[in-house]
Amino acid sequence: MSADVELDHVTIRFGNFTAVSDANLRIADGEFFSFLGPSGCGKTTILRAISGFLDPTEGEVRIGGRNMRGIGPNKRPTALIFQNLALFPLMSVADNIAFGLEVRGVSKFERRKRAEELLNLIALPDQADKLVTALSGGQRQRVAIARALAVEPEVLLLDEPLSALDLKLRQHMRTELRAIQQRVGITFIYITHDQGEALTMSDRIAVMSQGVIQQVGNGAAIYNEPATAFVASFVGENNPFLGRVTQADGDYAVVETSFGALRGRNRQKLSAGDKAIMFVRPEVLQLANGAAAGNTIESPVINEEFEGQFVKIYLANEGPKPIGLSMTNDGGTALPAIGDTVRVAFDPNRANVLPVGELADE
Amino acid sequence: MSNFFVVFFAVLLALLVAPFAQKNAETIWTSLTRITFVQRNGVALSVYLVASVAIWALVMIVLPQLYMVDFSFRHNLPFNEVGGPKDTWTLDNYRYLIFGRESDAELFNWLHLKVFFKTILVSALVTLFDLAICYPIAYYMAQVAKGGKARLLVLCLIVPFWVNEILRAFAFRILFGTSGVINSALIGLGIVDQGIDFLRADVGLYAGLTYAYILLMIFPLYNAIESLDHNQVEAARDLGSPWWRIHYRVVMPHAKPGIASGCTMVFMLCAGALAAPQILGGPSSLWFTQVIYDWFFQGLNWPQGSAYAFVLLATCIVFVMGVMRIFNVRFGEIAK
Repeated sequence: MSADVELDHVTIRFGNFTAVSDANLRIADGEFFSFLGPSGCGKTTILRAISGFLDPTEGEVRIGGRNMRGIGPNKRPTALIFQNLALFPLMSVADNIAFGLEVRGVSKFERRKRAEELLNLIALPDQADKLVTALSGGQRQRVAIARALAVEPEVLLLDEPLSALDLKLRQHMRTELRAIQQRVGITFIYITHDQGEALTMSDRIAVMSQGVIQQVGNGAAIYNEPATAFVASFVGENNPFLGRVTQADGDYAVVETSFGALRGRNRQKLSAGDKAIMFVRPEVLQLANGAAAGNTIESPVINEEFEGQFVKIYLANEGPKPIGLSMTNDGGTALPAIGDTVRVAFDPNRANVLPVGELADE
Repeated sequence: MSNFFVVFFAVLLALLVAPFAQKNAETIWTSLTRITFVQRNGVALSVYLVASVAIWALVMIVLPQLYMVDFSFRHNLPFNEVGGPKDTWTLDNYRYLIFGRESDAELFNWLHLKVFFKTILVSALVTLFDLAICYPIAYYMAQVAKGGKARLLVLCLIVPFWVNEILRAFAFRILFGTSGVINSALIGLGIVDQGIDFLRADVGLYAGLTYAYILLMIFPLYNAIESLDHNQVEAARDLGSPWWRIHYRVVMPHAKPGIASGCTMVFMLCAGALAAPQILGGPSSLWFTQVIYDWFFQGLNWPQGSAYAFVLLATCIVFVMGVMRIFNVRFGEIAK
């Protein structure tokens, strides 16, 4: 059966505080879907509403077309992996994995068999009789996944399950999670504040801020075509240029900024006179050799950082942060010296003109 | 006589030890400062710590108890015969509890044995009852209630225990008496025609005992349950578990040390309670501590009383150890 997850005008309030306001989206069966946002943006609240630990104040959560209001977490076709995993420390690995089956009255023999199958799936054979406390962080992680998969949920919910792991393991587990999802083929809904995780694993991402879903799209869309100032500044690095739209023609708009008139894509259909922010990513800015005309910024170099593959160059800016641009370290272009005034240019197709709004603070 | 000997030996010991201590004062001092415990706490504090614990444990607990053990194996002799030829060791006091006088018609001393077993059995039941009452409250306080509400609840639990035991026991008499609060209510509502004698049926006693030890059950339970990560409860629920299985499989195993600790305390104190049985017990009902009390103060037979008291203590310890064994609780866990 289909296990689409739909949020239909979902609003969740705690007293006077609105944790989620008017969330609408549809997560398709078998999709790897992420909610990305800073802490306190309401993503965990949405997860709890899908898993059944709370019901929305307004609106409906539907799974497989069925309204889930009033149906507890133990009755929903979902399984949740907690941030701290919440494995049962007094039970063996096998008992942990088979707990959901025990609840369903599956025989001891059958439970054992199923636990061993799942241990094979997560590449932890022969660990069935250990206590979970004897396992390493990464192994526990996998046991938690196996425990959730044992109940054969239609939707697996993951609440920042990788945040407790060290960087190496985290990167390894990303690949692993994605592989497991493709093997079992069920819907994964993943909560994270780590954009790297969201971008590498997800089919689609919903970026959230202050209880509002800002944009839903695949990684490339979120990164290349941000819909709001928040998304543009939260996902990846971006240089904002505040100004006013002087000219809007179809797909493009010209914004008058402190560096002069700059041209970029106008996907949000701003019209002349609107206040706007033009976002240009560091890798889009290019040192202009000589005669490039239009869409250029002139400013002195104030700092340089050597990162190996890239060299980051910072230019003086009136705003709080310098303008960053990253140059590929391919030996093609000579690096400017600190203090030199340089001219940088960018392709208007890769710059985004967006309405003024909340920026993500770093 | 015996006092003289004690003093004599003490002086002798002091005389023997003192010159040795004086001669080796330096060695003693240096070896003392070499102990890590002493290094960490300083000489004065460590001597105080060791001495106070030693005095508390030895002088105030072990020694008097040893005296009582000694008593329990002696005859009840008039003062002038103590230390005389008749002052011998004997098992008579213990035999009496089981078989009674030889002149009795019955083989066993049923009168006292019945009281004894009833005391143990009722204490066990009161303990279970307390556990049943306190577990939900402790769980609510530890996992469900937040901040202020939990503190208010704790306050509500503690304040009634400012009222002293005797007063509380008499309050229960008023509650359960034939013309007491409950009976008046029952008659007023037309449920019964005349008052039920709760006190004669020992209902008052059981209720009083259950009430008296509620705190001793709640706090160990609360401590144990409070340390459980609430995510585990939610995880179990999310995996489809009904509430009772969450408690049986997740909360209770986690709280086992607390449950054991609470049950042990309630059981021990209940079996050793004196005031509540005295005040709330029915006219024909006896608690084993009352029998012991009577041997000491009515019968003036301290050896007999000591023997009875030791049988009670030993039985309680064996019972508790046995139950802990069955539920696979290690002794150290109780102290958690």
